[in-house]
Amino acid sequence: MNTRSDLSPTGNAAGDIRNQDWYVDKFFQSAMFVCGISAIVFVIGIFIFVFKEGAGFIIQQMDWAEFFLSPKWRPTSATQATYGTLAMVAGTAAVTVISMAIALPFSFGAAIYIAEFAQGRTREWLKVIIEMLAAIPSVVWGFIGLMIMNPLIIESFDVPIGLNVLNAGIILGLMAAPIITSIAEDAFKAVPDTYREAAEALGATKWQVVYKVILPAAKNGLLSAALLGVGRAFGETMAVLMASGHALTIPGSVFDSIRALTATIAAELGETPVGSDHYQALFAIGIFLFTITFIINMTADFIVRGIKNQ
Amino acid sequence: MNSVSGTHSVRFQAEPINLKNAQVQKLVKIVLGLMAVTLVIPVALIILTLLQKGSPAISWQFLTTFPSNGMTAGGIFPALLGTVWLVAISLLASVPLGVAAAIYLSEYAPQDHWLTRVINLATINLAGVPSIVHALFGLGAFVAFFRLGTSILAASLTLAVMTLPVVIVASWESLQSVPQAFREACWNMGATRWQTIWHVVLPNALTGILTGIILQVSRAAGETAPIMFTGAAFFLPFLPSGIMDQTMALALHLFTISTQVPGVPEEIPFGVALVLFGIVLVVNAFSIWLRMYLRSKKKW
Repeated sequence: MNTRSDLSPTGNAAGDIRNQDWYVDKFFQSAMFVCGISAIVFVIGIFIFVFKEGAGFIIQQMDWAEFFLSPKWRPTSATQATYGTLAMVAGTAAVTVISMAIALPFSFGAAIYIAEFAQGRTREWLKVIIEMLAAIPSVVWGFIGLMIMNPLIIESFDVPIGLNVLNAGIILGLMAAPIITSIAEDAFKAVPDTYREAAEALGATKWQVVYKVILPAAKNGLLSAALLGVGRAFGETMAVLMASGHALTIPGSVFDSIRALTATIAAELGETPVGSDHYQALFAIGIFLFTITFIINMTADFIVRGIKNQ
Repeated sequence: MNSVSGTHSVRFQAEPINLKNAQVQKLVKIVLGLMAVTLVIPVALIILTLLQKGSPAISWQFLTTFPSNGMTAGGIFPALLGTVWLVAISLLASVPLGVAAAIYLSEYAPQDHWLTRVINLATINLAGVPSIVHALFGLGAFVAFFRLGTSILAASLTLAVMTLPVVIVASWESLQSVPQAFREACWNMGATRWQTIWHVVLPNALTGILTGIILQVSRAAGETAPIMFTGAAFFLPFLPSGIMDQTMALALHLFTISTQVPGVPEEIPFGVALVLFGIVLVVNAFSIWLRMYLRSKKKW
C-alpha cells in the first residue's frame, strides 16, 4: 500500500488518488464516451425517425407486391392511387450500371498508375486534381448535366433529349471515380513491398508484377472500392434529379429518360401534405434506400476485413 | 553483339522475349497514364466552362443584391449569406461532437472490442447514407419531433449529422499520427489521461483536425438535398433574423433557377455555379495546401 501512495500524483490519503484531477479525468472520459457512441445513435436515429414517419403506410396500406413489382407510381391519383417503384428501381439500376461501366476501368487504371507507376510530383498533382473532382457539389454536377451534357448528347447522338441514362451515368461515373480511385489506391498500397521485390527478383517487369502479383493480392480491396462506388452512385440525389430527365419509364436504351428513387423523394416531398399516404410512401422509399446502402456498406467492410484477417 | 557471339557471355544479351516485355510495359504505362489523365480532363473542362460562361455575371452588385424580377435578374446576396449561416451553425454542432468522438476512438476505446467495432461500422454507414435519406431524417427528427420547424437550426443540424463522419475520420487520423511516445512521456510525469490529451495530444493534432474541418466546410456548403425540406427556401424577400427563420442557400438557389424558374438568362445560373464551385475549390485548395505544409513541417 505504501508504494502505491508514493506513486500517486498527490497522495492525500494512503492509496487514494481521487483528487480534483482524478474527477476531471473521469468526467472527460465519460463525456468522450458519450460523444464516441454518437455515430451509433445517429444511425439508429435515422432508421427510427424515417421508419416512424413511414410506418403507418408500410404496416396498413402498403401492398408489398405492388411496391416492388408494379412500375406504376401514381400517388396523386384521386380514384386509385398506386405506389409501385419498379420503374424507379430499374431507372436507378440502369444509371448505376452505366456509371460503374464508366468509372471502374478508369478509376482502377488511374489507381494503378498512381500507386505503381507515377512518381514524385506527377503523383501528388494527380492525387490533388482527382480530389478536386470529388469536391464538386452534386448540384453543380446536375447543372453541368443539364446545361453542358444535355446539348452535347443531343448533338453527338442525334437524339431528341439529352437528359437520359447516358447523361446521368456519365455524371455519376465522374462523381464516383475519385472515391473508387482513392480506395483502390489504398488497396494497392496495402500489398506488402516484399511481394513486389520477390517478383522483380525473378525478372518480372513492372507490369508483370502488377498484373500477376499486385492485382490478385489487392482484389478484395478493389471489390470493396467498387461496392462503395455503387453505393455512392445509387444514393446520389441532386445530380440524378437534374440530369436523368425524371420520366417514369423502364429504360430500354441509354437514351431513355428515367427517374431515380432518390430523385422521386427530392422532387415530390415538398408538395405532399405531411402525414398523407403519398408522404409516407416517400418515407417508405427512404427506408428502402437506407436498407440497400446499409447492406452495401456492411458488405464492403466485411470484404475489407477479410483481407486484414488473412 | 557479333563480337561476343563466339564466347559464353551471350546470356546478357537482350532476348526477344525481354524486348517484348519492355514494349508491353511501356505501352501499359502510357495507357494507364492516359486513364488517370481522363479523370483530370473533366475538372479542367468544368472549371474553364464555368469561368467562361459564368464570369460575365459576376460583379460586386451580383454578390450584394437580392434577386429581382421573380429571380430572373439581380444578385445572390441572401443565398450567399444563408450558406454562410448554415455552414457556420453546422460546424458549431459537428466539430465538438466529431472531435470528441475521435478522441474517444483514438485515446480511450479498447482495441478489438465489439463496441469499438460497432462505432467504426456506424461511422462508415453514416457516411454512406444517401443525402436524401438524411433529409428525411432531418424532417422527421429536427423539424417534426423536436419541433424546430423548417428553420436554419433544423437544416444546420441535418447538415451536421451528415458531415459528422468526415470530422470523425479526419480527426481520428490526425490523433493517431501523434507518436505514442509523446503520451507515454506525459503519463510518466504523473499526468492523468485527460491532461495528456488536453496538453500534449490535442495541440500536436490540432492542425490536422483543422484540415478535416475545412474539408467539411466545403462539403456542407455544396449540399442541397438535406436542406431542401428542413430550412432552406426557394425564395425569401428578406434576410433571416435568427436561427429559427428559414433562409435561402446558394446550392438550392442554383437548383431553383436552373430547373424551376423559366426565362432566367443563361449567365445567372452559370454565375451562381461559378460562385458555389469557386467557394468549394478555394476552401479545398487551402485544405490541401495546409496538409502539404504540415507534412513538410513534421518533426517526427
